[in-house]
Amino acid sequence: MSDEKEKELNRQEQAEAQPGEQEAEPKGEAPAAEPAAEAQPAEAAPSEPAAAAPAAEPTAKVSAAAPSEPAAAVDPEREAKLKAAAEARAARAAAKAAAESAENAEAAAVDPEREAKLKAAAEARAARAAAKAAAEGGDGGSGEAAAVDPEKEAKVKAAAEARAARAAAKAAAEGDAAPAEPKQPSPKQPQLDEAVALIRAQVGDDAIEEAYINELNGHLPTLVLKAERLLACAELLKTQESQDYSYLRNLSGVDYETHLETVYHLVSLKSGSDLALKVKADRENPQIPSVVSVWHTANWNEREVYDLLGIHFPGHPDLRRIMMPDDWVGYPLRKDYEPLDPEV
Amino acid sequence: MIRTEELLLNVGPQHPSTHGVFRIIVKLDGEVITEATPVMGYLHRGTEKLAENLNYTQIIPYTDRMDYVSAMTTNYVLCHAVETMMGLEVPERAEYMRLIVMELQRVASHLVWWGTYLLDIGAMSPFLFAFRDREIIINLFNELCGARLTYNYMRVGGVKWDAPPGWIEKVRDFIPYMEGKLDEYHRLVSGNEIFLARIKGIGKYDAQTAIDYGLSGANLRSTGVDWDLRKAKPYSLYSRFEFDVPLGKNGDCYDRYLIRLEEIRQSLRILKQAVEQFPSSGDVMGKVPRVIRPPAGELYVGIESPRGEIGCHIVSKGKAEPYRLKFRRPSFVNLQILPKLLVGETMTNLITILGGIDIVVGEVDC
Repeated sequence: MSDEKEKELNRQEQAEAQPGEQEAEPKGEAPAAEPAAEAQPAEAAPSEPAAAAPAAEPTAKVSAAAPSEPAAAVDPEREAKLKAAAEARAARAAAKAAAESAENAEAAAVDPEREAKLKAAAEARAARAAAKAAAEGGDGGSGEAAAVDPEKEAKVKAAAEARAARAAAKAAAEGDAAPAEPKQPSPKQPQLDEAVALIRAQVGDDAIEEAYINELNGHLPTLVLKAERLLACAELLKTQESQDYSYLRNLSGVDYETHLETVYHLVSLKSGSDLALKVKADRENPQIPSVVSVWHTANWNEREVYDLLGIHFPGHPDLRRIMMPDDWVGYPLRKDYEPLDPEV
Repeated sequence: MIRTEELLLNVGPQHPSTHGVFRIIVKLDGEVITEATPVMGYLHRGTEKLAENLNYTQIIPYTDRMDYVSAMTTNYVLCHAVETMMGLEVPERAEYMRLIVMELQRVASHLVWWGTYLLDIGAMSPFLFAFRDREIIINLFNELCGARLTYNYMRVGGVKWDAPPGWIEKVRDFIPYMEGKLDEYHRLVSGNEIFLARIKGIGKYDAQTAIDYGLSGANLRSTGVDWDLRKAKPYSLYSRFEFDVPLGKNGDCYDRYLIRLEEIRQSLRILKQAVEQFPSSGDVMGKVPRVIRPPAGELYVGIESPRGEIGCHIVSKGKAEPYRLKFRRPSFVNLQILPKLLVGETMTNLITILGGIDIVVGEVDC
């Protein structure tokens, strides 16, 4: 709850601070729309923006004060905690990146096109992080307003680049392994085809992103679905007599670093046939519709995934933490999770 | 005028009938529950997170501590998942050993349930009988692997220790003993009128609800749904044995009670056959690479633990440690129906219903 409030607060302040900045220093603001890599050096140059910031500050403060009344009620202690956690994470990520960048430098040169894409994505992420940091710096009330810590920003960027390089290396390695497998028709192929045809006909052509047989898992038919079509597909797979996936065996969440994913393992109690559904979610703002209305089993399972991985399930009747304490900061099963207090 | 008000009552976390640190906040109108909110996580140790930094053999002791009343089945699900992923062959003698200990464990687990359930309801002596007989099984396990509860007995590709001389004979002798005791249990408790009044028709739900809530084990079968993974998705050597899956009709606590006792009998039936077929010699460890690295990919397997379907979802990146390890814990899933069952019931029935679900909090919280 207060998380969202905080985000809102940040967004508001950002939105309000930016026009102010624009008036004072139009050059500084324009690059935000363009690749942030250019914006950062401009902002980081200590002389101009620092001068501009105090000018922007009063307007930002005045306009922020009025509409953000409810947001201002956020527990300051918690806010401080969050901030400390973010800073600690950034610092640690930078240290890690420094250690790893050396060994990854050569590996990164494998697929230039893919790498470039990933890099662009990473840069965009870094830009977003920088913007957020700026907003956080603004509401801290320390008087420095939107002046971003240049060192921190550089660190964040370095970390993002290192991450991109690692991902590229990994992708290249996987790409090598894939084409070696000879394709044989799986015994479960007809079952998969039937499910695919049914969903195409009843839900839509765009519902399925990918359909394959997971041979490792006893030829488990697997469907990767679009998040917004999940509910319709789930309902169909449960109620359609030929499918009858009335029993949800397992619901897992996985952090793949590039994205988050939920996996639903279904079984039909009548025919005994299995099916796995997968839904991918963006890592920044993960949203996957809740399937509690279809299988009630999902209720606590989704709460657990939310608690440990931070995936939101719109439509869930009671989405709150289930294993960790209610005031816990962060999502422990995320790969980049850093405990707020290392003593805990 | 009598002053009436809604009462908010905390049951647990430290309450004997919650069988661990589990808490339910109940809203009471007089003695009738109007709302129940389970609170868990007191025993959350982050097993799944810890596992991401451990190799597969190192994770096995952690599975002991999940369902500590039935550690053998939890051991098995992890080993079974990794073996399936790597396509490892398990020697027959090892697989027989595993099956025997798993069925002994099922008997032991149901005995713990039977004893503590009756203790919850107010009958003291059955607890002593149950633990007396369970002790025999615990001693058998102790002889096998030197531990009474957290066995760490199975390995990927087999089992750690072969049966010491005379062990199989001891198991053989235990079977008729336990069968006799089971009849005694029935004579002692199952027909008792006070007992029947306490559990018959309590905590009722139908098959549709049970499936919708993903219940498994006796909780599902008490409604008449014939779903036992030993039969439905045979693993280990279960396809070689004759046994029945006891089913209920009414979906109440009494049916669950009868099913669990009958499952003891069926387990003894499996054990009898297993002891007969047990290979007189052979390895107990298969050919396993020094470092266990399942191929990149993912897999989910589920097996029938005494409490229901315990499952293991592994996402591997071809490393010695799992990228993600998720356990589907039957106690956690089965417990979900509790708030629904409690509305409109009395406080005494809270104990009856909660006990009837048969949870182990180490597994709920994981």
